[in-house]
Amino acid sequence: MNDPEAIVREQILNPEEISEGVASLAREIADRCGGDEVAFVGVRTRGVTLAKRVAAVLEERGLHYPVGTLDISLYRDDFDSRGPDLPSLETSDVPFSLDGVRVVLFDEVIYTGRTVRAALEGLMDYGRPARIELAVLLDRGHREIPIQPDYVARRVDTERGQYVKVRFREDDGGEEGVFLETPGKAPAA
Amino acid sequence: MSELKPRKDLLDIEGLDLPEIEYVLSNAVPFKQLFQRSVKKVPTLRGKTVLNLFYEPSTRTSSSFEVAANRLSADVTNFTVSSSSVVKGESLLDTIETLQAMRSDYIVIRHQAAGVPNIVAKHTGASVVNAGDGYHAHPTQALLDAMTFREVYPDYQGRRLVIVGDVLHSRVARSTSTLFNKLGIEVAVLGPGSLVPAGRHDFMTRLHSWDEVFDWKPDAVYLLRVQLERQEGMFFPSIAEYHKMYGMNTARLVRLRQLGAYLMHPGPVNRGVEITDEAMRYERSLISTQVENGIAVRMAVLHWLKPETDTD
Repeated sequence: MNDPEAIVREQILNPEEISEGVASLAREIADRCGGDEVAFVGVRTRGVTLAKRVAAVLEERGLHYPVGTLDISLYRDDFDSRGPDLPSLETSDVPFSLDGVRVVLFDEVIYTGRTVRAALEGLMDYGRPARIELAVLLDRGHREIPIQPDYVARRVDTERGQYVKVRFREDDGGEEGVFLETPGKAPAA
Repeated sequence: MSELKPRKDLLDIEGLDLPEIEYVLSNAVPFKQLFQRSVKKVPTLRGKTVLNLFYEPSTRTSSSFEVAANRLSADVTNFTVSSSSVVKGESLLDTIETLQAMRSDYIVIRHQAAGVPNIVAKHTGASVVNAGDGYHAHPTQALLDAMTFREVYPDYQGRRLVIVGDVLHSRVARSTSTLFNKLGIEVAVLGPGSLVPAGRHDFMTRLHSWDEVFDWKPDAVYLLRVQLERQEGMFFPSIAEYHKMYGMNTARLVRLRQLGAYLMHPGPVNRGVEITDEAMRYERSLISTQVENGIAVRMAVLHWLKPETDTD
């Protein structure tokens, strides 16, 4: 691993911009889903937080969308290459039927698309939704499989070696923001 | 992140440290949750092979492992060796050679001789899970017992378990008592004097009668199976006498109920020996929960172990 001091960390979204992103996702989902029966499912951990925030905005407008939780560890395609950090499994919680429902899947960032592939497989083991759509806060490009989001709050140009870190106050001890981390470069003096 | 290193084999409880035990027991919870879905399967071990190698008959344990492996999408082969055939050291090594050639990723083994899983583990890159060897160990039974106990007692530390029965012949007693002790659960034993080993397991309290058991106020009573097939030496005079002295009967059930204690048994049950029909219907019996948790724990174990087969 790189020396943490050698990582340049740059903020790409501040807390207000995150809120705007959440609001725009909510607006677009409400516009397009109209009177359909809709359920949200978030990919653990921050996809769930994103889904809950969007659901809260819609709740204020009188639209009630239930939020489920999906842990995709068991569906990943990199099980063989798991390293010394063993994955701790979390429970999934989808306490409603997905059969015939329009499901919006949430993840905070889309990158290679592999997480979403795993999530789709996991989701379909819970039932047969009428339709599945994908909502993300950030699209950072570099897809390795043909999966595209339906709702995107922001697009950012990144390089492969960089990390996009989303911090939500609910999950990250109060920290809020989206950061782009570039390893291997000396910090700006 | 966890500080756990990947482990190849699960051979006994003694070799596990607390973070590993916690890791398996906490991972078993999401696995158990899958059983509520209509699709009970996940693709985690797709393309992997699990070989169930049983030198001793055991429908329950081998099918529990088989279900666990199936629910992880592994391919399972059951390799049951006739119990009447005499297995010599030489043929064991031959078998290992055959297994190597089959390139299984996981080998689940039960054998009447203690230590055989360790030998197999040493000679193969596959992950070996001990499913019971002689009087030595049965680690997945211990893990499922701990999972079951902790479900009913989330505040499990300092609670008390009494193991009743044939402790000498029981790898279950050995593994379960060791694990419970590691978890900070107090363990006592009640059994025929000839069947409770002296010296082994000094941490266990020795009780001498059911009166002493109830005075000790256990939170659960764990009845061991009388291994009728291993009674050639006649360690106690008769089955009827065993039932009278140690079995869970009506009078004892009344006192168990007064305590609010749970009842556990590793199965299969000898009705009328360790336990009466009436006690089988006790509302705080955890026997079928143990079966269900056995699958979840075995999934967590297979998911945890890392074979060394992918590198060669």
